[in-house]
Amino acid sequence: MSSLLIFGGRVIDPASGFDGPADVLIRDGLVEAVGRNLEAPGASRFDAAGAIVAPGFIDMHVHLREPGIEHAETIETGAKAAAAGGFTTICCMPNTIPVNDSATVTSYIVQRAREVTRVNVLPIGAITKGSLGEELAAIGSMREAGIVAISDDGRPVMNSRVMRRAMELALAFDIPVIDHCEDLNLSAGGDMHEGPQSVKLGLRGIPSASEDVMVARDLLLAELTGARYHVAHLSTQRSVAMVAFAKSKGIKVTCEVTPHHFAITDEELGTYDSNFRMKPPLRRDRDVEAVIEGIVSGVIDAIATDHAPHAGSEKMQEFERCPFGITGLETAIGLSLSELVHTGRIGVGRMVELFTTGPAGVLKLNRGTLKPGAPGDVTVFDLDHEWIFDAQQSCSKSKNSPFDGRHFRGGPVATIVGGELVWQRAQ
Amino acid sequence: MSAGLLDIESLDRSEIEQILERAKFFQPPPNDTYRRLESLKGKTVVNLFFEASTRTRVSFEIAARRLGAETLTIAAQGSSVSKGESLVDTLNTLAAMRPHAIVMRHGASGAPHFLARHLRIPIVNAGDGTHEHPTQALLDARTILDHRPSLTGLRVAIIGDIAHSRVARSNVHLLAKFGAEIVLCGPPSLLPRELADLAPGVQLAWNMTDAIQGADVIMMLRVQLERQHEAPMASGEYFRFYGLRLDHLQLAKPNVIVMHPGPINRGRELSSEVADSQKSVILNQVENGVAVRMAVLERILS
Repeated sequence: MSSLLIFGGRVIDPASGFDGPADVLIRDGLVEAVGRNLEAPGASRFDAAGAIVAPGFIDMHVHLREPGIEHAETIETGAKAAAAGGFTTICCMPNTIPVNDSATVTSYIVQRAREVTRVNVLPIGAITKGSLGEELAAIGSMREAGIVAISDDGRPVMNSRVMRRAMELALAFDIPVIDHCEDLNLSAGGDMHEGPQSVKLGLRGIPSASEDVMVARDLLLAELTGARYHVAHLSTQRSVAMVAFAKSKGIKVTCEVTPHHFAITDEELGTYDSNFRMKPPLRRDRDVEAVIEGIVSGVIDAIATDHAPHAGSEKMQEFERCPFGITGLETAIGLSLSELVHTGRIGVGRMVELFTTGPAGVLKLNRGTLKPGAPGDVTVFDLDHEWIFDAQQSCSKSKNSPFDGRHFRGGPVATIVGGELVWQRAQ
Repeated sequence: MSAGLLDIESLDRSEIEQILERAKFFQPPPNDTYRRLESLKGKTVVNLFFEASTRTRVSFEIAARRLGAETLTIAAQGSSVSKGESLVDTLNTLAAMRPHAIVMRHGASGAPHFLARHLRIPIVNAGDGTHEHPTQALLDARTILDHRPSLTGLRVAIIGDIAHSRVARSNVHLLAKFGAEIVLCGPPSLLPRELADLAPGVQLAWNMTDAIQGADVIMMLRVQLERQHEAPMASGEYFRFYGLRLDHLQLAKPNVIVMHPGPINRGRELSSEVADSQKSVILNQVENGVAVRMAVLERILS
């Protein structure tokens, strides 16, 4: 029986309201105690002096590309990148080949993850077969096999009737329906956010309205069905306002934002660098400000990366030909610190919530806390270590990050899953 | 990266003035043939055209040859591109043969900017997607200046499919730098509101009468059917509401000039009578294309 004592750090556990100097003792994979000067003879010891010790961070929106697209990422490499980014739990979207629309694929992912990583990999199942938007996938069987939510992510369900049926079924299996909100007719052919910048650059626009009309539709369907509805990577001023309004009306809605949507705007696209190409597209200042205000006010429940690896050859093309998406696991904590905490917009405790109790609450996971009996997952990070992100050194198989070469202050120090050290910053 | 010419937006006024002044020197004397110059002797210019083009391609070729450079033109069809080679690999291959400049037309906005970040060789943008067509704006400015003393204060109406027009964008940037008043006109779906933010002095108009009123210059744009994914209005209505007819010219200044980047579609953007009228300077534009491109190539290569 193994045990690990993480000592000397500042423990922040939003679920129990604790913030102060303390040690954390993990025994047999579970948190045994949090307190001052814990004694644990025979335990391994991790010195967390000068660092923050938090419940293991959860990224509820990643793409691991396995099965089927292993040249861009595998469960193993994606999980390594997660650990290097301070995440102990990641939820993988179903747009693999084949699509995760059956218990067979779900079981494969669960099994494969057990073989290749200690990081918790929780699959998200498709809403419809093949994510084609027509016929419901085997949602019940996938739930039994381990999915924690359903989503057709990048290929959103356009038929409102199908979406309604999916929400109704999700009620029976107590899972949220996650929607990548994009009206595909409005966004068709678009390369970037529609606005002065797209007009100047001669790139085709994706209007904010393509996101907003779907958020509006889904909120009405969530009210109609009573289902738990979660907005993926929310990016516009209007969508933040609509989610806030729906919450005030008691609709069961939650939402996430990505670090890139609160860190940078469409002004970055002037060089036609495809590492700034993703969906939803980088929006304008006012959207970034609305997203940050939503984080401050509590409208936004979670930060998720939408880690979307693409092989270099796919991104080394004319802008309009490149696939959408960027990697994000290893820069999420750094960006959250630099854009939210160091700027004084939120305290570090609120930041920890957005990575722990926030996503755990959306997915009803028994995680994201250091209460005794909880899984022994811990993220250790600091506020002041100066470092530069080098995409070529990334643990991910893909290097498509717009933050390559960016200077950060503060970042992950160590990642502990089930009481086992799975990653530690090089000294 | 060696300096090429990627767009008008990043040029400053004095650079543009120098090119236009030098182009004047390269204009042929009336009723005479060109002398062949030697200033680019020993240089090689590769023209790489990923989109169909007649006038721009030929114009660049003639410009390079009149300066004594060797030219080589590659059309995307029949090249390695059709065998699946990526744009970067194609350009790297060409660059390894050490030409002195690459003139490139490409259907993707920003393609030359993307390449300029990865190659050391100067790239001249001969039109990228719906972004810019810098030498077109330079030859348009040269043509206007052949008929007017200055660009400052001129009222220029640019009419047609603005949304998909790289010619319009380059012209807006250039004319705005010299303080012209620019009216962009077209059906709403081809005239995004954000165009008004492109540069100072830009106004938008949905009808031709407003746009042409008091104009010194009318630039008609080609309807870019190949770039439009849906019709902006019922077919057959376009010419009626956005085509230029002789009677429109009454609204403009008496000495108005009518321009078109070509190729013209008679009866679609402008009537045959307008195209052949004394006000039309369309063939002067073509002539100035060579002179301006000579000035650009000389500036980059010598």
